[in-house]
Amino acid sequence: MTVFTEETRERAREIIARYPADRSRSALLPLLHLVQSEEGYVSPAGVEFCAEVLGLNKAQVGAVATFYTMYKRKPTGDYLVSVCTNTMCNVLGGQEVYDTLAEHLGVGHDETTADGKITLEHAECLAACDYGPVMTVNYDFFDNVDPQGALGVVEELRAGGRPMPTRGARLCTLKEMAVQLAGFADERDGAVADGGPGEPTLRGLRLAEQHGISVPGFDPNTPIRSKAEADKAAAEAKAKAEAAKPAPAAEPAKPEAATGSTAPDVKAPDGKSPQVRTAETRQPDAGTAVADAPGTKVPTDTTAPAPRDAQAAEAAGTAANPPAGDGKPAGDEAGAQQRNLKEAEAGAGANGAGPAVASETGVQK
Amino acid sequence: MTAPRPETLAKLTPVLTKRWLSPDAWRIGTYEKLDGYAALRKALKAHPDDLIQLIKDSGLRGRGGAGFPTGLKWGFIPQGDGKPHYLVVNADEGEPGTCKDLPLMTHDPHSLVEGVIIASYAIRANRAYIYIRGEAVHAARRLRNAVREAYAKGYLGRNIQGTGFDLDLVVHSGAGAYICGEETALLDSLEGFRGQPRLRPPFPATHGLYASPTVVNNVGTIASVPYIVLGGADWWKTMGTEKSSGPMIYSLSGRIANPGQFECSMGITLRELIELAGGMQPGHNLRFWTPGGSSTPLLTAEHLDVPLDFEGVAAAGSILGTTATQIFSDQDCPVYATYRWLEFYHHESCGKCTPCREGNYWMVRVYRRILAGQGTHEDLDTLLDTCDNILGRSFCGLGDGATSSVTSSLKYFKQDYLDYIEGRTAPKLSEKQLVGAH
Repeated sequence: MTVFTEETRERAREIIARYPADRSRSALLPLLHLVQSEEGYVSPAGVEFCAEVLGLNKAQVGAVATFYTMYKRKPTGDYLVSVCTNTMCNVLGGQEVYDTLAEHLGVGHDETTADGKITLEHAECLAACDYGPVMTVNYDFFDNVDPQGALGVVEELRAGGRPMPTRGARLCTLKEMAVQLAGFADERDGAVADGGPGEPTLRGLRLAEQHGISVPGFDPNTPIRSKAEADKAAAEAKAKAEAAKPAPAAEPAKPEAATGSTAPDVKAPDGKSPQVRTAETRQPDAGTAVADAPGTKVPTDTTAPAPRDAQAAEAAGTAANPPAGDGKPAGDEAGAQQRNLKEAEAGAGANGAGPAVASETGVQK
Repeated sequence: MTAPRPETLAKLTPVLTKRWLSPDAWRIGTYEKLDGYAALRKALKAHPDDLIQLIKDSGLRGRGGAGFPTGLKWGFIPQGDGKPHYLVVNADEGEPGTCKDLPLMTHDPHSLVEGVIIASYAIRANRAYIYIRGEAVHAARRLRNAVREAYAKGYLGRNIQGTGFDLDLVVHSGAGAYICGEETALLDSLEGFRGQPRLRPPFPATHGLYASPTVVNNVGTIASVPYIVLGGADWWKTMGTEKSSGPMIYSLSGRIANPGQFECSMGITLRELIELAGGMQPGHNLRFWTPGGSSTPLLTAEHLDVPLDFEGVAAAGSILGTTATQIFSDQDCPVYATYRWLEFYHHESCGKCTPCREGNYWMVRVYRRILAGQGTHEDLDTLLDTCDNILGRSFCGLGDGATSSVTSSLKYFKQDYLDYIEGRTAPKLSEKQLVGAH
């Protein structure tokens, strides 16, 4: 393992130390960014390095590395140019920008120019629709691009220049960016301060400012009501509502119920349900409290990986995925079906809190 | 393009976005001068249960799309169970059209950090993670800087502000997978696995990160917390509607004169939002729009006066989602727009559930055929049938979201499909682009 220096190992130890001592696998994504920062892509050596420091096998690391778009599987250029071609940017002209760049550079999606400078890709929504069409270079934004502007940027990059992004920090190379993605600070003087908000970001604020609009009634000293006070208020309200009959004496004696404790609402899973068992198999020591202190488990040299861990993990995986022997599609039991339908009705996108959450109490019914 | 009317302007509620006007608000010194960390000091003097009750009283609902009551979610965390608790912030913003969390984290990162500390204190978590979308590099720079500053000032770490409360906060960058915005996929990803959703129950409240009780909240949700702690639940409820309280950041993009972020009282209508955005672009008439990202069914010009809160949009047959209103005009083709979104869902499907993985793959091909002028009438039935077989038949909402634009565009714009099929609209895709689309 000659590719990775002692400095990289030191960084790997720092990354692993961010997560609970017995949960080092959480470090896998940042570690993959780290190896990418050395080689410009996740190479077989990079996979091996991650496997070694985490005590996983290469197949486990490879399975993760190939799942995520930002881990590149072949060498990349110094600059990754990503053009958003999702619907909004697309109809606003993003597709022409992409097509123009592809033709000009003579490369297609996920391909690198012969001089090793630029890798081109079309990207999905980059979360800057109010600046569409957008393109990023090493993930910093060039807003409202048109084909000519985009050509200007790539030409400058090929000539050795570093055009300033519209928003975000001054450019660095893709490898340097990967160090930041691994969770390390951008050490370049002033880079964090680069990039003020653009006008679209401030649009509503400017209007409010112009017309002197603010939200009235804000008093930062508003007290936080204590439970006792809340109980009293709730009891009083209840007494008022039930003025006709005497308020049950049990109410004030059970303050938890009066404040609407959520306990009865929690659909706590039955300890014996298959889902729980699955989760417990997946996380065999879930019942044990995690030692809540950061720690490192990275071998300091080329100590052999712990095959035992890998075997255990694989066994857990097998146990968690029993073959469907009943001839029914997985999850086809009536309960799950109904739940899913309810979720479907409740709707909600995949982003953020999932739809199943909404069905937890059926608030959206 | 006339100026917005005073009654429309009055719906602007700059709360979460307000500090964006101060160019240095991302630095802790400036943040502290602008009420920063005052909420934390106040919260640390209160009992954690009282904070949970405060959030319940405020009626705050999740800003990530589902609108689940935040206080209720916090209350689900079993207390005194001897297990570690976790707070995980979902900062994997990627729903097409959505662009409100990135500016918040870039220009006011400390409000998120402060919210994280208060929320962690309330649910008794000693570790918190912000899972930020990998591509959001500048927001991550500012956020990591904010976390470092907060440690240096004693807002994070051991014995915070002398209260004995410990909290470690890690900013964890993703690596390009839309599915990781789904909370259980996010947790798997954070554990170092492929980001694939888990079957629920059990819910993250009992079996979340590392199979421990976990609250997963969106950026906007957590960033709202300091304001509620300072201003109180009653003040918060002066904004919004009865069941959808507070301000909301509406992200307007597309065929309007001035796209951008507009933080308004919940329940504002699209008509009013377009007014704030300076009207439609010259020569464009509203034809279709998404109320909250591409996973929410399309609405049309008929729906200009639908109140954009959780209940109002649901009553109109769609979902409030992330309040990402993407606005399309009579010069945009709903069939093409839907096709492009499907390409997205096809690419982003994690592959775990067959209906979503295969259904989206095949629907993309049907759309290519239609857009190349080679579609048949049966193709429309095939699309609806495929949607029937995806909706509600996958672990998470990605598959459901994929069907939204298909079924809604077929509902409102069937004629546009027929025009391609019957040769009245010129094909948009060429034979060359059709390779493999059979």
